[in-house]
Parts: sequence; C-alpha cells; structure tokens
Amino acid sequence: MHASVRQAVSVNINPTTVTPSREAATPATMRMNINKVNFFYGSKQTLFDVSMGIATSKVTALIGPSGCGKSTLLRTLNRMHETVRGARLDGEILLDGKNILAQDVTQLRRRVGMVFQRPNPFPKSIFDNVAYGLRINGSKLPIADAVEKSLRHAALWDEVKDHLHKSAYELSGGQQQRLCIARALAVEPEVLLLDEPCSALDPISTAKIEELLVQLKDLCTIAIVTHNMQQAARVSDSTAFLLMGQLVEFSPTPHMFTTPSDPRTEAYITGRFG
Amino acid sequence: MSPRLRWRKFVSNFMLTLTGVCAAVSVSALFFVLGYLVYNGGTSINWDFFTKLPVPVGEVGGGMANAIVGSAKLLLLASLFGVPIGFLGGIYMAEFSNSTVAFVVRYAADLLNGVPSIVIGIFAYAVAVLPFKHFSTLAGAFALGLMMIPITLRSTEEFLHGVPRALREASMALGASKWKTIAAVVVPAAYRGIMTAILLALARVAGETAPLLFTALGNQYWSPGLRQPTASLPAMIYAYALSPYDDWHRQAWAAGLVLLALILIVNIFARAILSRGGTVLR
Repeated sequence: MHASVRQAVSVNINPTTVTPSREAATPATMRMNINKVNFFYGSKQTLFDVSMGIATSKVTALIGPSGCGKSTLLRTLNRMHETVRGARLDGEILLDGKNILAQDVTQLRRRVGMVFQRPNPFPKSIFDNVAYGLRINGSKLPIADAVEKSLRHAALWDEVKDHLHKSAYELSGGQQQRLCIARALAVEPEVLLLDEPCSALDPISTAKIEELLVQLKDLCTIAIVTHNMQQAARVSDSTAFLLMGQLVEFSPTPHMFTTPSDPRTEAYITGRFG
Repeated sequence: MSPRLRWRKFVSNFMLTLTGVCAAVSVSALFFVLGYLVYNGGTSINWDFFTKLPVPVGEVGGGMANAIVGSAKLLLLASLFGVPIGFLGGIYMAEFSNSTVAFVVRYAADLLNGVPSIVIGIFAYAVAVLPFKHFSTLAGAFALGLMMIPITLRSTEEFLHGVPRALREASMALGASKWKTIAAVVVPAAYRGIMTAILLALARVAGETAPLLFTALGNQYWSPGLRQPTASLPAMIYAYALSPYDDWHRQAWAAGLVLLALILIVNIFARAILSRGGTVLR
C-alpha cells in the first residue's frame, strides 16, 4: 500500500462516518439499498458498515484503490459472493424494498445481472451465448427476436448479424465484452452490475462500452466498479468512494469530482495515492 | 584445449548420444512390434478371418469372427458400466466434494488404477462368476468396466478443473442453478477432453487378457446373449499362441495385428478429437 494511504486514513479521526453532502440528500428512488453491510472472508473483514443506495435508472460508480472492497460490495448485490467458500455477510441488502438475502438466489440473479472484468463468453456460438439465459429460465418469448433485441441494445447487432452461428471466441475482446453485456441483458434484468468491464479492453472498445452504458440507463439500473476515475466521471450519475472496506464518500458524480467533501476523497481523485 | 575441457566435451557428447540412442530405442520398439506383427500376421489375414468361426484342429482356414464380435460386446458393456460411474463420480469430485473427500476418492481411484489386472479378474470371478456358476460376457464386461472407472473418473475431474471459473460465474450470474451450470456450460466446455480420455481408457482395456481368463473364459462358437462364455481377441491370442499347431500360431499373429490396429485407430481418433478442441479450454 502507498504510504499516503495510511497517512490519509490516520489524519481522519473516525473513518466509519460517511461524509454527507448536500446533493446526496436529494431524494431519488432507490432500486437497491445497502444497509450496514459487513463482509468477511473467513476471519478477515473486507467491508465495514457500508450503507448506500443504487438509484433507479441511473449509473452508480464504485471507485477506490485495489483491495478497497469495491468488487466485493458489487458482488454482494446479486449474491455472487456465495460462490466463494468462507464468505460471510452481515447486514441487509434490499431490492425494491425486499431483502435479497431471503430470496431464491436464481430468481435474484435473473433480476440482477452481472458483467465481469474479463470477457467470459461461453464456448458456444454468438447466438447460443445470448440465448443461454432465456433457455435456462424457460422463456416463452421467441428466442431469435429476443437475441436480436439484446444484441441491438448492446450495440453489437450490426457487427455480428451475418455470423450469429460462429463461435463467440472469434470476436475481438471488445466485441466479446459487448456480447457478455447482451447476454446479461437478454433476461431483462432490473439491475446490471459491471465489475471493471473495460479493464481488459483497448481505449476504442472502452469508449464504445461507456457510450453504451449511458444508453442502457433507460433499460435498467446500473452499478459499475472501476479503477479508472475518468471513467467514473464520464459515465456515472453518482459515485461511491471506498477505502479499506469503508465507504468514505457517496455523492453525485459532478460534486465528487469538483468539490469532494472528504480530504481522503480529494487525495485519491487528485492522484495522491491509489 | 586443456585436458579438463576435452574431458567435459567428451562427457557432454557421450550423454547426448546416450539419451538419443535411448529415445530411438523406445520409438523403434513400437515399430519393431508393428513390423513383426505385420510380417507374421499379415500373411494369415484374409476375409475369412473376419467372417468365419474357428475350425477344429487339423482343418485349415477358419477365422475369428466370434472373437471380434465378442470383444466388441465386452467393450460396449464395459463402457456402459464403467463410463457413467467414472464420469458422474468425476463431476462430483470436481464440482461438489470438499477437499478431504476429494483427496480420499482420488487416492482410492489411483490405487484402483494400480491394481494388477489379474487381481481384478479374480475379484470379478468371485463376485460375478461363482454366484451364478457360469462364465459369461457380463462377468468379463464387469471386470473390464471396473478397470475403466478410475481412468474415466480421474480424467473427468482433471478436465473439469481446467474449465475457467469465469465461465461458471457467468452462468450462475444469469440465474442458472449449479447443476444447470455444470450440465450446460462446464461439461460441454470440457467434453472433448473427457471424450478423449474415455477413448484412451477403452483402448487400454481392449487389450486386457488377464481379467477375461476366468470371467468371459473363451468360446469356439458364437456366444448368444450375455450369459454365455464368449471369445475375445486377447483371450484368443493367449489360447492360440500356446497351442502346438502352426496354423493356430498364424491365426494368433493375425489376431494380434487386428487388435493392435484397432487400438492404434482409437488412439489416433482420440488425439484428433483433443487437438480439435484445443481452442475450447483457454
């Protein structure tokens, strides 16, 4: 860890308090609410009393240095953390006011989709990749139409419409990632989680995906983890800054990047550490 | 050149030659066996060998049609018994079991794999022949199937472990259950490797003689159904090679050639499947 991180933390007297900001107080409808979440891998605690909301039809960005818990927090939102042995979660996460921890996990994941850090298409055709979620959920919709719709939403249709039955591995990395987005969109999730979706991509593919995210707001609520602050500034409506498992600041994005309320946030976004 | 340096050069060249010769010997062993079989068996192979039954001693001609069919029946039944058990067990090992259980099963499978085939034969004789007071195709297939279980189990486990975790996560994140994920994503991603392993297991047991000696026994005639003793190529080679008749010796050579050719074909086929699947597992 960078020396200045320790410095920045030690300066602050009570690191668990979240610095409130005026804009954050404006009520927006929250699709998801995270209430006092503590997270443990075995005996190691990685999230401390995190509380925040994911606003409906907005893009919420989670930023922070490596190992700050931003990906962990994102993965709790569709309970992907449960695939890891020894992971334990305390607290409450609500989707439309209902606790997700008490729901059937497959139903939850159909409503809260996820796109991962590296493109991970199945070793199947482009068509079958997108159709997968529809098929396992026994969708009654005509599958071909739904596949086309999802590929259009992911801005991939024009590039692949003539070879839908080719292997997904023949696509470029950026195309594969958009395919993964189309695959997630096919089951019409209410929330889409993206875990550093551009970290393995070149700048042009990254720009395409960022553009796409802004358009997707009309379809669903988006939460994105990114290590790239410029990306958070470009695509998100509100931003949460995490540091060593604690939520330091959660504000509307323009506010966060111009007049951060917390000195640690300022230190991070001005590049003093991380 | 100093004597020291000369000595070092000599040792280096000597070892290079030695390892090269050993490599050449191991390769030429295969070609020597093949060539010898073709030389001795090739002359005795004719259409009759594949279509006719063995003839009594003294008569010339005849073939081993019953042994070829018998071997095919044994291998088919053995696969029906050994492959599903090994395959599903392998899935359990790779996907569900905790590390202690996996360790115990893996160790047991490796031990079973190392049990001498004659011991497998005695075991099969005790549990599948004695109670029914009858040598049978079923008993022979049971012995061969038993030998296929550990090979299939271990290779299924290995190939499933090779499937990237990211694929499982992608499927789970779409709301697929664990079993659905395994059946629709993980196994298809690994299936070429698993197929290859099953074919190699088949090729391995195809030549086994010892487990068949007191289970399937042997038969000079057709073996109807599954509850009669049956002829098989390896047991036939054993019986014919030990006989004092020249004509039977020639038949044994021919049977050896056919068996080896079949095993080589299965091997080449298996390698071809695997290399075609090279892009699937990244």
